[in-house]
Amino acid sequence: MLDRITNILVVGIGGQGVMTAAEMLARTAMSQGYDVKKTEVAGMAQRGGVVSSHVRFGPKVYSPQIDAGEADLLIGFEAAEALRWLPWLRPIGVAMVNTLRIAPPIVSAGLYDYPADPIGALATFGIEAHAFDAGAIADELGNAKLVNTIMLGAISDCLPFPADALKACIVEGFRAYKPKLAEINAQAFDAGRQAGHA
Amino acid sequence: MNAVVYAKAASRHLLSGNEAVARAAWEAGARVAAAYPGTPATEILEYIATYPDIYSEWSVNEKVAVEVAIGASLAGSRALAAMKHVGMNVASDAFMTQSLAGVVGGLVIVVADDVGLSSSQNEQDSRYWGRFGHMPILEPADSQEAYMMVKQAFDLSEEYEVPVIVRMTTRVCHVKAMVEFTGERIERRAPGFQKNPQRWVMTPANAKPRLPLMHERDQTLRQVAEASDLNETFKGSDRRIGFVTSGPAFMHVRETFPNAPVLKLGFTCPAPIDQIRTFAGTVDTLVVVEETEPLLETEIRAAGIAVRGKDVLPRFGELAPSVLRPAIKPLLNEPYAVPNRAQTDVFPRPPTMCASCPHLGPYFALSHIRNLNIIGDIGCYTLGAGHPWNALDTCTCMGASLSMAHGMDKGRGESDEKKHMVAVIGDSTFLHMGMQGLLNMVYNRGNVTVLLLDNRSVGMTGGQENPGTGEDLHGLAAPRVDFAKLVEALGVRPERIRMVDPYELPTMVKLVREETKMEEPSVIITNRPCSLTDRFEKFRAYSVIDEKCTGCGNCIDLGCPAIFVDRRETVTAKNGKNKELVFARIDANACTGCHMCVETCAPEAIVQPPLSNRVIRIQPHA
Repeated sequence: MLDRITNILVVGIGGQGVMTAAEMLARTAMSQGYDVKKTEVAGMAQRGGVVSSHVRFGPKVYSPQIDAGEADLLIGFEAAEALRWLPWLRPIGVAMVNTLRIAPPIVSAGLYDYPADPIGALATFGIEAHAFDAGAIADELGNAKLVNTIMLGAISDCLPFPADALKACIVEGFRAYKPKLAEINAQAFDAGRQAGHA
Repeated sequence: MNAVVYAKAASRHLLSGNEAVARAAWEAGARVAAAYPGTPATEILEYIATYPDIYSEWSVNEKVAVEVAIGASLAGSRALAAMKHVGMNVASDAFMTQSLAGVVGGLVIVVADDVGLSSSQNEQDSRYWGRFGHMPILEPADSQEAYMMVKQAFDLSEEYEVPVIVRMTTRVCHVKAMVEFTGERIERRAPGFQKNPQRWVMTPANAKPRLPLMHERDQTLRQVAEASDLNETFKGSDRRIGFVTSGPAFMHVRETFPNAPVLKLGFTCPAPIDQIRTFAGTVDTLVVVEETEPLLETEIRAAGIAVRGKDVLPRFGELAPSVLRPAIKPLLNEPYAVPNRAQTDVFPRPPTMCASCPHLGPYFALSHIRNLNIIGDIGCYTLGAGHPWNALDTCTCMGASLSMAHGMDKGRGESDEKKHMVAVIGDSTFLHMGMQGLLNMVYNRGNVTVLLLDNRSVGMTGGQENPGTGEDLHGLAAPRVDFAKLVEALGVRPERIRMVDPYELPTMVKLVREETKMEEPSVIITNRPCSLTDRFEKFRAYSVIDEKCTGCGNCIDLGCPAIFVDRRETVTAKNGKNKELVFARIDANACTGCHMCVETCAPEAIVQPPLSNRVIRIQPHA
């Protein structure tokens, strides 16, 4: 068991499953014997706003919030959101990013620009960034809602516990509440895991 | 389904503070719980509702919720009321007097302060209410403490016959952390209401003798606080600064200064001054870290103890490590440099209304009509102040729209001469505190056009039920108020009560135009459900025929997040002026087929891909 705190920041847009992904990470860390805290500010998140979920685990966790520059892992469910939260990542941190682009109405209205190449911008900061189209993998598997599990699969080899522990937590959760979706989520996790290595 | 209902003692769970409060209330033998939804406290009642041993309800407002809890307490039952910080203002009339009279069954008021102001109209420190109302306050720092303290709060309340406040903040309510259960439900006998007019009828003659008793109780509670195991000293090796702290600020202090001595207060009102004095004697400098106002600090200073706090720390917002470090390091004569971190520049992403949101129609109408002062209220429709509508001019508190609009009408100034006053309010907010404003306006011969946006839910907090939805907290069928009959009963003339489908944009615009011209109160009631609730029926997505789109941008003005701009072109019009054309597309995954945008499109470029005949099901309204 790791004797220091691990900080994971999951970011995206309300409705993308950011909080569920963070919950899975927190539950798995708990099952591995860690003290865990998970926090987000989600009051108005379902209205298309920014969602960031902080997961911290270790021998003993006090503050639930990850400070700027302290995240070990940044999981971005949307490209511009990953770029927004990049300052939260340690210089030696890893960013795992879905290449999906969602422009809010104020961008549609021409008031702001969507970054031309957010993934390219990430790379210029010298951090380890992996980006792939999680939506395309989900479509191949036939269910757009699998993006969440795919992203978790993608970062599963960057965690201080075995990838299979996270996979088991996700799959067992589905087995308990939505058994029909257990198998497809197991596949999505593996597909994501592969994509994360690319 | 709540997985921890009936979980055994000694089991461990990952729970939010709100879930922990619910479990604690159940274990403590609470028999009644009431609340009005409000971020970040909403989930407390939703979780309590999953415990069948507790009667629980959505009350119409926080004052009613507290009064329900008081009634149960007087019958001898343990009772809980939960609310967000601004709800305490509404409820205060009830508890300010009940604190004087006292309680029988344990009465716990759980209040959640939105420290950091993530989803509220103000940031206020509810700990003032404990001082103001002579009620003890317990302040948990995380889920485990929320669980322990709510249980203890019931015991305290019963023993000292006083309502007890448990003060949470967003960072307790919505943080998930490990909780180990120490018990299971203990059923408690409720002896029933014991008539005693001198005690319970708060006339001046009966209330007066209670005053010295209340002040004596304060003294007793101060001794209880001094001895409470909820206040704990953490020894530290670096004694240059010792911290007195409470709530989540404790976690941030421990995180940032792990070697400093800390007096962590859980029982914070009345403040255990003797304990603080003893602690102060063991450190060079005493610093109070509290969110948000300097309450403890002021009381400590008044007791003659040298203390620092808000002279270096902010009086608002969360006292996170990133705030503590630069504030405290200079006191230690340690250098603090702002870390040089990567900076990225990304557009803001403010919350928006949803695809098919029934508020889009009214705001499309309001944004296309001139000469309106639009007085708003608390709910999703407050977003109407934002882009692209810019059609909301004020937002203050629950129910204020009608009364403020009435006051603005009566106090018209020079620029208002030709203005029409419009109030915008949702179904739940209207029932919470808006009805009185309408009654007042009618009675005093006011002239305001009210848009009552009935989306059959408390939308902003996640779609909870209210007396206008036809269901209760448990999802069971409940009597449903008829808004048209209600406003008629309040005195609005039937001719001035207009029901409208908010998706029918031309009708929507026409009605607002007509009613604002009337010289009397009128109410326009919309009848489509919130598109995030189960009552909403999703239709097939629309799409844009590229060749037909002329780039007029009318559909963009609707503000639907499913419509985005594909490309822009600048053309020179006949009058020589440059004009920007915006060619729209519809995100098929986001579109839910409400057809509002179709009505904005003159060239008929927005169509539903053919499949079968679209069925339009209008929600019958009562």
